[in-house]
Amino acid sequence: MRIIVCVKQVPDTNEIKINPETGTLIRDGVPSILNPDDANALEAALAIKDSCPDTTTVTAITMGPPQAKEMLKDCIAMGADEAILLSDRALGGSDTWATSNALASGIKQIGSYDLIFAGRQAIDGDTAQVGPQIAEKLNLPQVTYVRSLKLNDDCLTVERALENGYEIIDVKMPCLLTTIKELNTPRYKTVQGIMDSESADISVWNADDIGVDKHTVGLKASPTNVFKSFTPKPKGAGVYVSGGSPKEKVQILLSALEEKHVI
Amino acid sequence: MGDYVMNDMQKRIRQLCREFSLNELIPTSKEYDIEGRLNEDAYRKAVEIGFTKIAWGKEYGGLGLDTVTQVMVTEELSYGDAGFANVMVASSLAARPVLMAGTEEQKQFMADIVIHGGKAAFCLTEANAGSDAGAIRTSAKKTEDGYIINGSKCFITNGPEAEVYIVFAMTDNSKGVKGISAFLVPGDTPGVGHGAHEDKVGIRQSSASDVIFQDVKVPFSALLGKEGEGFKIAMKTLDIARIDCAAAAVGIAQRAIDLSVKYAKERKTFGKPIAKLQAIQFMIADMEIQTEAARALVRQAAELKDMGQINSKICACAKAFAGDTAVRVATDAVQIYGGYGYIRDYPVEKLMRDAKIFQIFDGTNQIQRVVIAGNMLK
Ligand SMILES: Cc1cc2nc3c(=O)[nH]c(=O)nc-3n(C[C@H](O)[C@H](O)[C@H](O)COP(=O)(O)OP(=O)(O)OC[C@H]3O[C@@H](n4cnc5c(N)ncnc54)[C@H](O)[C@@H]3O)c2cc1C
Ligand SMILES: Cc1cc2nc3c(=O)[nH]c(=O)nc-3n(C[C@H](O)[C@H](O)[C@H](O)COP(=O)(O)OP(=O)(O)OC[C@H]3O[C@@H](n4cnc5c(N)ncnc54)[C@H](O)[C@@H]3O)c2cc1C
Repeated sequence: MRIIVCVKQVPDTNEIKINPETGTLIRDGVPSILNPDDANALEAALAIKDSCPDTTTVTAITMGPPQAKEMLKDCIAMGADEAILLSDRALGGSDTWATSNALASGIKQIGSYDLIFAGRQAIDGDTAQVGPQIAEKLNLPQVTYVRSLKLNDDCLTVERALENGYEIIDVKMPCLLTTIKELNTPRYKTVQGIMDSESADISVWNADDIGVDKHTVGLKASPTNVFKSFTPKPKGAGVYVSGGSPKEKVQILLSALEEKHVI
Repeated sequence: MGDYVMNDMQKRIRQLCREFSLNELIPTSKEYDIEGRLNEDAYRKAVEIGFTKIAWGKEYGGLGLDTVTQVMVTEELSYGDAGFANVMVASSLAARPVLMAGTEEQKQFMADIVIHGGKAAFCLTEANAGSDAGAIRTSAKKTEDGYIINGSKCFITNGPEAEVYIVFAMTDNSKGVKGISAFLVPGDTPGVGHGAHEDKVGIRQSSASDVIFQDVKVPFSALLGKEGEGFKIAMKTLDIARIDCAAAAVGIAQRAIDLSVKYAKERKTFGKPIAKLQAIQFMIADMEIQTEAARALVRQAAELKDMGQINSKICACAKAFAGDTAVRVATDAVQIYGGYGYIRDYPVEKLMRDAKIFQIFDGTNQIQRVVIAGNMLK
């Protein structure tokens, strides 16, 4: 079984600096780490590998600057078999649409696979869009917010977290899952793993290597234009309408909306 | 984190140790300190990560890394909890005589235990033979098929749990220290027993107890090296072990500094943070000077060892200075914390308690000075 894990290098702190001209993130000088949700994604893949070590290959893939190799080395130190870095000036400044174009092309280039993991969300960009977009572009079934998973023959049974509960979904492989921290506890790197990863051969692929249409990647191809970046005011707690029949609940909701002059 | 000169791999290993200490040791350190028992869960994880096989040769299943890397690991684990680190330090202390004088079988036997997290104990000290280690009374009587060991050791780290004991015993009373021999005794050998886990002041995740040998029969193959070489083996072992012991002391001092810096910025008196007071600033600067100097001495001793030049004077300098530094720096941290420093709810009093042993075991710091002067004035 071949498992691909999409991993993103993110700044270590939540103190993100933004270039006022381009509205993009300034990453220079900020220590980088493996995006926390992606550590859960990698752990999920490695756990499957633990159960059938001889027949499972785990490949970590990222799109990023050359320094992202360091994070890929950490993925290998945790137990990934191989790592691929998509890196090219042509890919710089990609938004989620362009990022997923590049990643989907990279994954196609890898060839066959049974399962793709992505984290739910990156702590810097925070959109939670890249995973689902890759699934769409590869025409794969997807389940987001996976909080538990069980491997059957060619199908997975997963629990998908909802705001106040979860749903149980059977999904056929190949498919893409996005993971949340409730799924597992990522393992530590091992010292042996760090030693091995120092000499690991990390493939670096450019835009030509993955055969991506250059009009679909990079800053210029990105439909997202950051209008303004600001820290939002905290929202008040929501109100949960409970009790009574559906009809009564709708009535309560309607009068609340009327009261606020929404309708 | 202190500033060693490190290559990328060492940096990443050190980072991993720090991550482990912050996540696995520090949050529960107080609880295990009060209960006086090892955090077994963290210990198991540490073994899985590979912290118990850093400096073991690859031929024995180890990682074959150098002493410089080993001391970084020890420092970082001790930063998290010195008692926890001491469990590993004591096992590698016990392995040392085997690596020095053992046969290949004995080495592999020891490696198979220690690398996989089994504990080992170095049994030299007796009630009437501490600093004066040559005065031990435990005897090993030669018979037709081996030796019979009788005697009682005290303050033995890992005593209650060890899977293997390295025992120093008299094979010939008439020869003084030249009559001492070293033996490798598996923990399940009939006649091996241990006393209660001592209720210690500090390093409480690590155990120490009496270990008692009552008509313990061992084969000839249990002897390490030759008869009469035991004392020399013990002294050489302690030379090397002092480097790791000193590294653990530096870990305590570094933690004391980090906590002090943080607290000094938070705690306000007379309308401003105490960090603005020169009295506090100078104390913190002095803590840093001593700790960096101790770390440099540890590094020096470790590098010399990696070059195959075990220098007993430098090892003793490192151990004495790092031990004294840990005690001073941890005591200063308590001072910076004021009244809160003296209260168990705050983390610094534990550092002071943990630090004190580093002036006592592996040769008291008076004995280190005896060694240093002896080297200089011979
Ligand atoms: C303040 C701000 C300004 C921005 N400005 C711009 C801009 O001007 N122009 C622009 O085009 N975009 C901009 N972006 C978007 C930025 O490029 C996105 O961060 C990026 O495309 C990935 O999306 P994400 O971080 O939301 O990831 P998410 O969609 O939240 O990530 C989900 C998962 O997808 C996977 N994933 C995401 N990215 C990668 C990757 N590179 N490699 C491998 N796997 C990955 C990981 O598994 C991750 O857990 C901006 C974002 C912010 C926060
Ligand atoms: C927690 C703990 C763990 C230990 N672990 C081990 C272990 O795993 N294995 C092991 O074999 N031992 C172990 N020890 C024993 C330890 O090494 C001894 O306690 C230590 O060597 C001191 O011996 P002592 O207690 O007999 O003190 P003493 O030798 O009685 O010393 C008393 C005092 O006199 C001073 N003194 C003695 N002789 C001289 C001298 N010639 N010049 C100047 N001053 C001198 C000492 O410095 C000390 O201050 C451990 C002890 C403790 C407390």
